[in-house]
Amino acid sequence: MGNTGLYLALGVATVLFLVPFYLIVRNALSTDADITGESWRFFPTDLQWGNVKELFDDPSVPFAKALWNSTVVAVLHTLGTLLVCSLAGYGLARIPYAHANKVLYAVLFTLMVPAAVTFVPSYVLVSSLGWVSSLRGLIIPGLFSGFTAFLFRQYFLGFPKELEEAARVDGLGYWGAYWRIVVPNSLNFFAAISVITFISGWNAFLWPLVIGQDQSSWTVQVALSSYMTAQTINIHLIFMATAVSILPLVLVFVFLQRWLVQGVAQTGIKG
Amino acid sequence: MATTTPTPSAAKGPAPRGAAPVRRRPRGLGGSRGRALNFWLFTGPFLIGLIVFVYVPIGWSLWLSLHNAQGTVTPTEFVGLGNYADMLGDGDFVDSLVNFTIFAAIIVPITYALSLTLALLVHRIRFMKAFFRSVFFLPTACSFVVASLVWKMSLFNGLRYGMMNTVLGWFGIDSIAWLASPHPPWYWLVICSARLWLQCGFYMILFLAALQNIPRELYEAAAVDGAKPGWQTFRHITLPQLRATSVAVVLLLLIAAYQAFDEFYNILDEGRATWGRPPLVDLYLQALGANQDYGHASAGALILALLIALVTLVQGRFLGFGRGDEK
Repeated sequence: MGNTGLYLALGVATVLFLVPFYLIVRNALSTDADITGESWRFFPTDLQWGNVKELFDDPSVPFAKALWNSTVVAVLHTLGTLLVCSLAGYGLARIPYAHANKVLYAVLFTLMVPAAVTFVPSYVLVSSLGWVSSLRGLIIPGLFSGFTAFLFRQYFLGFPKELEEAARVDGLGYWGAYWRIVVPNSLNFFAAISVITFISGWNAFLWPLVIGQDQSSWTVQVALSSYMTAQTINIHLIFMATAVSILPLVLVFVFLQRWLVQGVAQTGIKG
Repeated sequence: MATTTPTPSAAKGPAPRGAAPVRRRPRGLGGSRGRALNFWLFTGPFLIGLIVFVYVPIGWSLWLSLHNAQGTVTPTEFVGLGNYADMLGDGDFVDSLVNFTIFAAIIVPITYALSLTLALLVHRIRFMKAFFRSVFFLPTACSFVVASLVWKMSLFNGLRYGMMNTVLGWFGIDSIAWLASPHPPWYWLVICSARLWLQCGFYMILFLAALQNIPRELYEAAAVDGAKPGWQTFRHITLPQLRATSVAVVLLLLIAAYQAFDEFYNILDEGRATWGRPPLVDLYLQALGANQDYGHASAGALILALLIALVTLVQGRFLGFGRGDEK
C-alpha cells in the first residue's frame, strides 16, 4: 500500500470515528424540530446555545447535582486509589517480609474474580452498612483495586534501587524514602494511572446505578441513562447533557494525552 | 496508625556517624520486626479494604448462593446446590450465557483485527501520527452510556431521522427498525458497533506500544533473506513478535465482553428485552429487580466467575499464557 493509500484509509477511519462526536454536538445545539425534521440536516439551522441554560434549569433531572456528584466521586476515587494502591504496591515490591508472598497471592487472587461479578454481595454489604445513595457508598468500595496495586508493584520493582539506598544511608526509613524519593521520582507513572483511574471513575455505570437509588446521589452516567427511558425530556437536552458530560474528559484527553497513552501502554504490556 | 510507627531511624541507637570509611548499613531497616511493621504500614490499609470489600462479598456470595435468599440477605433456609441447579435450568440465565457467547464470538475477533489494523497503519505513517492516534483513542473518553445514547437515539434510531436510515435512504433503501425485534438480529450490529467504536482505540495503543518494541534488525534480516515487505514480513515477523500482546489483548477482550452491561442495559430498554440479554444484566435483574433474589443471583455470579476462570485457564493452555512474555 502506497503512502496515499495509507492516508486515505486513515482518513476514512477518522471520519467514521468522529461521526458520533459530530452527532452529539449537532443535536446538542439543535432544536428538536431540526433533529427530527423531514430531511437530514448536517448543521442546525441556528445554533441553540440556550440549550445549555435549559438543561441546567430543567427540574425533572438534577443534572447539575449529578455533575457535582460525578466530579466528587471521580476525584476522590482517583486520589484514594492512588494513595492506597501505591502504598500497597510499594510494600509488596520492596519490603522484605516473611509473609509478603502470601499477601501478594491474596491480591493476585482478586484479579481472577471479576469485580462486576461480585456486585450483588457488594451491594448487600454496602446496604447493610447504610451506604446506599451516599457518596461513601459510591467511592469507598472501589478504592481497593487489586489490579492497580499490582500495577504499582510491577512499576516499583523496576524503580532504581540505588536512589532509595542513598536515601536510607542518609537516615530515612522506608516511609521517608517513599515520600521524599520514590514518589517525586515517579510522577509520570502516578499521572498515567491517575488519568486512567479518573476516566474509569467518571464513566462507571453499573455500581453508581446500583448505589444511586435517590436522584440526589445520581452520577452523570446514571442521569444520562435515565433520559433514555424518560418520556418527558426533549431530545436536544439529552444531547446537550451528553456533550456536557464528555467535555471534562475530552479536555483531560487534549491536555494529558501523553500520559494517557503511556499509561495505557504500560497497563497492557507490563500488567 | 501513629501508634504503630516508632520511626525505625529514631528508635535505633546513634549511628557511628564518624566512622567514615565504613559503608554504613541503612539504619533501622535491618531488623525483621521493623520490616514487618513497615510492611503492614504500607499494605495494611489496602489489605483491610480488600478483605472488607472484596473477600467478605465473595464469601457472602458463596453463603447466599447456598440458601434460599429471596428478599433477604440473612437467609435461614439452606438449599445446598439447589440455586445452582435452578440457574443452570433457568432459560433466561442460560440464554444470557448463549448471548454472551455470540457477543464474544463477534466482538473479540473484530476488535482484535480492527485495532491491530489501525495500529499498523498509524505505525507506518510518518506525518500526523499523533493526530490519528488521538482520533482513534478519543472515544475512550466516552462512557458506554454516552455511546448507547448516541447509537440508540441518533445513529440507529428506527425512525427516518436516524442517521443510518437517512444514509440508507440516499441509496433508496427503506428504513430499518434496528432495535424493534430479534428478527432479523439488527441489534447485534447496533451493540457491537458501539463497543467497537469505544474500545478499538484502547487496544490500538497496546499494539502500537508493542510494535515499537520490535527490533528493526529483524525486518532488515528478513529483507536480506528476500522476504517481501507486506504480508510475508507481517506473518513471519510482526505477528509472532506481537504474540505476548495478542494473548493479553484477547484475554482482556474476553473478560470485558463477559462483563458487558452498560450498553445492553441502555440500548435494549433496561435489559427488559429478553433477547440479547447478557449475564450481568440478567443477574442485575435477578438481584435488584422485583424478586430481590440474592440466592439465585449469587449462584449465577459464581457460575459466571467459574466460567471466566475456566476460559482464562483454557486460553493459557492453548496460547501459552505468559510464555511469550519477554519479562
